[in-house]
Amino acid sequence: MAIKKFAVACYDDEEVLFPAVKKVRHSGYKMHDVYTPFPVHGLDQAMGLKETDLHVAGFIYGIAGTATALGFMGWIFTSDWPMVFGGKPHFALPAFIPITFELTVLFSAVGMVLTFCYLNQIMPGVKKHLFHPRQTDDLFVMAVELNDQVTEQEVIEFLKTTGAVETSVQNAETEWWYGRWDKEEDYQLAGS
Amino acid sequence: MHLKYESFVREPLVDGDKTYHQVTEDIVRPIEQKPGRMWYVGFYFSVLLLLFGVFSVTWAVYWGLGTWGVNRTVGWGWDITNFVWWVGIGHAGTLISAILLLFRQGWRTGVNRAAEAMTIFAVMCAGQFPIFHMGRVWDGFFVLPYPNSRGPLWPNFDSPLLWDVFAISTYFTVSLLFWYSGLIPDFATVRDRAKTKFRKLMYGFASFGWTGSAKSWQRHEALSLVLAGLATPLVLSVHTIVSFDFATSVIPGWHTTIFPPYFVAGAIFSGFAMVQTLLIVCRRIMGLEEYITVGHLEAMNKVIVLTGSIVGVAYLTELFMAWYSQVVYEQAAFQWRIAGPYWWSYWAMMTCNVVSPQLFWFKKLRRNIPFTFIMSIVVNIGMWFERFVIIVTSLYRDYLPGSWTYYSPTWPEIGFYLGTFGLFFTCFFLFAKYFPVIAIAEIKFVLKTSGESYKNKMDKIDAKSTEEFIQEQAESHHH
Repeated sequence: MAIKKFAVACYDDEEVLFPAVKKVRHSGYKMHDVYTPFPVHGLDQAMGLKETDLHVAGFIYGIAGTATALGFMGWIFTSDWPMVFGGKPHFALPAFIPITFELTVLFSAVGMVLTFCYLNQIMPGVKKHLFHPRQTDDLFVMAVELNDQVTEQEVIEFLKTTGAVETSVQNAETEWWYGRWDKEEDYQLAGS
Repeated sequence: MHLKYESFVREPLVDGDKTYHQVTEDIVRPIEQKPGRMWYVGFYFSVLLLLFGVFSVTWAVYWGLGTWGVNRTVGWGWDITNFVWWVGIGHAGTLISAILLLFRQGWRTGVNRAAEAMTIFAVMCAGQFPIFHMGRVWDGFFVLPYPNSRGPLWPNFDSPLLWDVFAISTYFTVSLLFWYSGLIPDFATVRDRAKTKFRKLMYGFASFGWTGSAKSWQRHEALSLVLAGLATPLVLSVHTIVSFDFATSVIPGWHTTIFPPYFVAGAIFSGFAMVQTLLIVCRRIMGLEEYITVGHLEAMNKVIVLTGSIVGVAYLTELFMAWYSQVVYEQAAFQWRIAGPYWWSYWAMMTCNVVSPQLFWFKKLRRNIPFTFIMSIVVNIGMWFERFVIIVTSLYRDYLPGSWTYYSPTWPEIGFYLGTFGLFFTCFFLFAKYFPVIAIAEIKFVLKTSGESYKNKMDKIDAKSTEEFIQEQAESHHH
């Protein structure tokens, strides 16, 4: 649990958001995160985020599926219980292709989705701090971390010059916790 | 920041003057309102059908498969016909959500959510048939390769029927994951504007704690793209494997290598027809005409006329090959299909699948909603007959004239089929009430490029000369 203080700026257009992100990065303030209602292309580069390696994970899971299927069927039909079906050889590779393909896809898809959930720290019952209820509707929300070197007013004033339609100062839990979305948590007071 | 410009040649994907917030309002509204009378009537009728299906299946399981019309000669009847039919219907959803994503077809955004839901429900319906066709359904787990006390005796991995088990279950799982990963951000949208405690709780749970952070979106995009890449060969493999159930055998009428592409084309054909049936009703009742536009329906009709023609070519190729092969058994099988006791099913198939979709070459008819609706049902009747023709009319007269027979279904078989309609529509009605039927985030993503009001603002840019435009762009990037 880490409760920190944030200056929050809301933008109503992604075309205002991009220059704002650029300005905040140049200013040296510590940008915590940007929340958008839909994927905004190029935002990750603008924020300086690294490309995700999720697809590499997907490839590894897929190969694991291929190996599992071929290894399992091969072992069964050549050593555990060899049988002849329609005169085919014990290790009938062409006949193994369909199941091998299906398991490749299955392992890759399931593995990737689980990895996706793990990396994003999401699952049923998880709760996270929302900086603005409209960040999943029509607002693009940027949270800037406040520390000892900067004052609240200074950051807020700066954010207003970048075209924010709404600004606020919030204490927020940066990690996830187990919680119900119909209940309001009072953790903000404990932090300040 | 890039210029949001799309050619005027392309029809807008979202009609009317919409803001991001208005998109949320329009799509979430049906979830937050009490459903209308039509919904209740439809839902309870579906539940009733489902219950009748449960009764029919229970009857068949209790008394045994002797209550069905299938016999020693026609071992596969309505059950496998319905199985192939439902699996085929499912294919349109994956085609729209995966293949059209890879092909960057913008119009898929309006219809992909509902089409994927249809896929999942259709595969659920399809799965019932082979399971209960087993007869001793309580031994159904024998198909799973697990270390057992019978040896262990493993299933036959060389058999297309076992490939089917893997194909269908993988298809269901991957479709479900693909669908749900797209739903997570939209559930978060519903959650954050929920007024009631219950809705906050449920959608909070369903949205997995999604906040829309930039890094999450980046991973979400990567996930969607790879899942689409995986689902594309998967959807082709599923109906290919279903066709292997027939193609790898030595029965006249089944022993043909054309089946995989022919089945896949037929699957997409029937699936798009089912999407049309559902969406034409949905857009009307839920007031989503501005998101599922006539342009969307027309695009799908184009797919229908293309795949319908492919299927038609396949039918003719089969006939030609029967004659050209000079195999008397093959020739007899096709002769009896056309003019035997089951001639009506063959001609129903030909009329509905090959002849009538050709009307979609006319643009007027492609954009005519009542006509499209009628055609969508005609196509699905035709595709049902296709499977019936392939299965029953290949089996009823085998190599031994003494065992020739005529197959008709009994009431538990018909009840089973009706029951899967109940299951399908019960699920779909619940989906339409509790889920965002259009992908909210995806619509917002294309809104400023393909929304009607935003496109209209681009006429100034369209009027400029190329030099002028380049000059301006260069200047705007320099400050």
